[in-house]
Amino acid sequence: MTATTDARKLAYIAGQAADARVNVELETEGMTLNIGPQHPATHGTLRIIVRLDGERVIAAEPVMGYMHRGYEKLTEVRTYPQITTLVNRIDWLGSFANEVPFILAAERLMEVEAPPRAQWIRTALFELSRIANVVLFLGDMGVQLGAITPVFFAFRDREFVLNQIEAVTGGRFHPNFDRIGGLKDDLPKGWIDETRGVLDRIRTFCDEMEDLVAGNEIFQARTRGIGVIPADVGLSYGLSGANIRASGVDWDLRRDSEMGLVHRELDWKVWTHPDGDSFARYWVRLQEVREACTIVGQCLDGIPSGPVMAKVPRIIKVPAGEAYVETENPLGIMGYYIVSKGELVPYRVKIRSASFNNVSITPWLLKGVYVPDVISILASLYFILGDIDR
Amino acid sequence: MDPVDDVEAPAVDAARDDLVATLAEALGDGLVASEVQPGVDVWVRVAADSWLAAGVALRDRCGMSYFNFLSAIDWQPSPFGRDMDAQVDGPEANDPGPMEWGTTGGETRFQLLARVHNPATGLGVTVKADLPGDRPEVDSWIPAYAGADWHEREAWEMFGIDFRGHPNQVHLYLPGAFEGNPLRKDYPLLARRIKPWPGIVDVELMPGDGDDESGDDGEGDDA
Repeated sequence: MTATTDARKLAYIAGQAADARVNVELETEGMTLNIGPQHPATHGTLRIIVRLDGERVIAAEPVMGYMHRGYEKLTEVRTYPQITTLVNRIDWLGSFANEVPFILAAERLMEVEAPPRAQWIRTALFELSRIANVVLFLGDMGVQLGAITPVFFAFRDREFVLNQIEAVTGGRFHPNFDRIGGLKDDLPKGWIDETRGVLDRIRTFCDEMEDLVAGNEIFQARTRGIGVIPADVGLSYGLSGANIRASGVDWDLRRDSEMGLVHRELDWKVWTHPDGDSFARYWVRLQEVREACTIVGQCLDGIPSGPVMAKVPRIIKVPAGEAYVETENPLGIMGYYIVSKGELVPYRVKIRSASFNNVSITPWLLKGVYVPDVISILASLYFILGDIDR
Repeated sequence: MDPVDDVEAPAVDAARDDLVATLAEALGDGLVASEVQPGVDVWVRVAADSWLAAGVALRDRCGMSYFNFLSAIDWQPSPFGRDMDAQVDGPEANDPGPMEWGTTGGETRFQLLARVHNPATGLGVTVKADLPGDRPEVDSWIPAYAGADWHEREAWEMFGIDFRGHPNQVHLYLPGAFEGNPLRKDYPLLARRIKPWPGIVDVELMPGDGDDESGDDGEGDDA
């Protein structure tokens, strides 16, 4: 009797000591907690197993694959035009942007160039996808930290953007509109003016979010200095998009590489933030939505006249070769490595999706943080499950 | 990249040529082949033994601090209904035909494929390495790029490539007890055996359009 009682007493004392952070390192019994697979912070079905010591995470291991759809295998039995339907579903909040790098890679192999009008409309739709995608993040990040209102604002205003995308493409979420050599169709009548109105709404929304969320004292307390990613670590993990720019890396493919879109002809700015914390990631995305509005606005002014489709064969056979094209998508860098053998179907397509790399840093990043911060850090990394699992 | 730029681009791409030269110096015989498409892209193929050394050299000597992705290609064509005319894949394997390699060539069945970037200059390079078909095995890139961790786990489960020194080589996407390597070409796509693929109608010719398929040259002249 005495032995067990003593053991319990000792364990209790040990537990108390650990809680009080007494200066000795005590061996406490850790706790394993499952976050997910169904959790609001995971935007889908990501499961994160965290091992806890008190409130502190000592190890975190994301478990994925709940939504793995095998796109890389499926692309090997689909023709090039059919693949856009598949890749639409990778990042489902900014679907049009998924199609663009794939089409550009195929165009590079075929040595086809889309007509200028198509390139400008592509750029406008590309940035509208970014707005539709990131606007939701701006509201959703508030929800993760207990502010319910912003997400309703986000859903409300995103709907206007989706309406504009739908007006052009016929699809709210899955446009499937980009074609090798151009676009499926031209813009509908009156679209340009309507879109200007929507951009004004989004600008207002950004101002609201800046006051409501970014300017909120609680939000700042919960995000500033939390989840700091140094630039070199972010680079070695392949973080991209706002996640890496929030760590002070001034690198945006829209400005720094020949993406095949017209961003380089427009006047806009790449925002970075030196802090690398959750707040910086939120702030950079907020600025990016504003810049996206600027880009779309300039596209609307500058769309040249002409056809929207180059002359391409009806049956598309891509010449043998390999090409890798990546673009700066809403979530970060998205690229397709296409291996073609000159057939109707690609031989191999490697899909480089942004969220996969962005989430791969979590075991490193979550080590040592407190449980509530797990949620804010995950939310600030901003991933879409379809973009991780592909 | 549009074809117009290809013409305007200089025939010599100094930055990319320098990169290949630096790698050749660092790796010696380890650099097997390289290809530079001026103004577009660069590929290098290294020996499997030099794989990790190539990663370290790229990171330390070429400023390629950004890890983009790591994957593989299976160059042994699938023995199952690869042609689009087959509505349903047959269970019996056909003759898969000979292996034909892509850019920078190849020697063996598997080819590692990785891409790294220099965020300062925006330059990216695709690195390849040949791995044998029976026991593909290579050093892990984690010492060079921490982000290679998950990519190697994915390549391990999808292609069966063993990464030496990987601390946690377990399934990433697939259930723990899963057998087989789905992205290998000889792994059948079971969905196509169970039911005919509805998309087949999309690639059938419309009546009277029969000349389109042979009309590639004619189309090219028009454009």
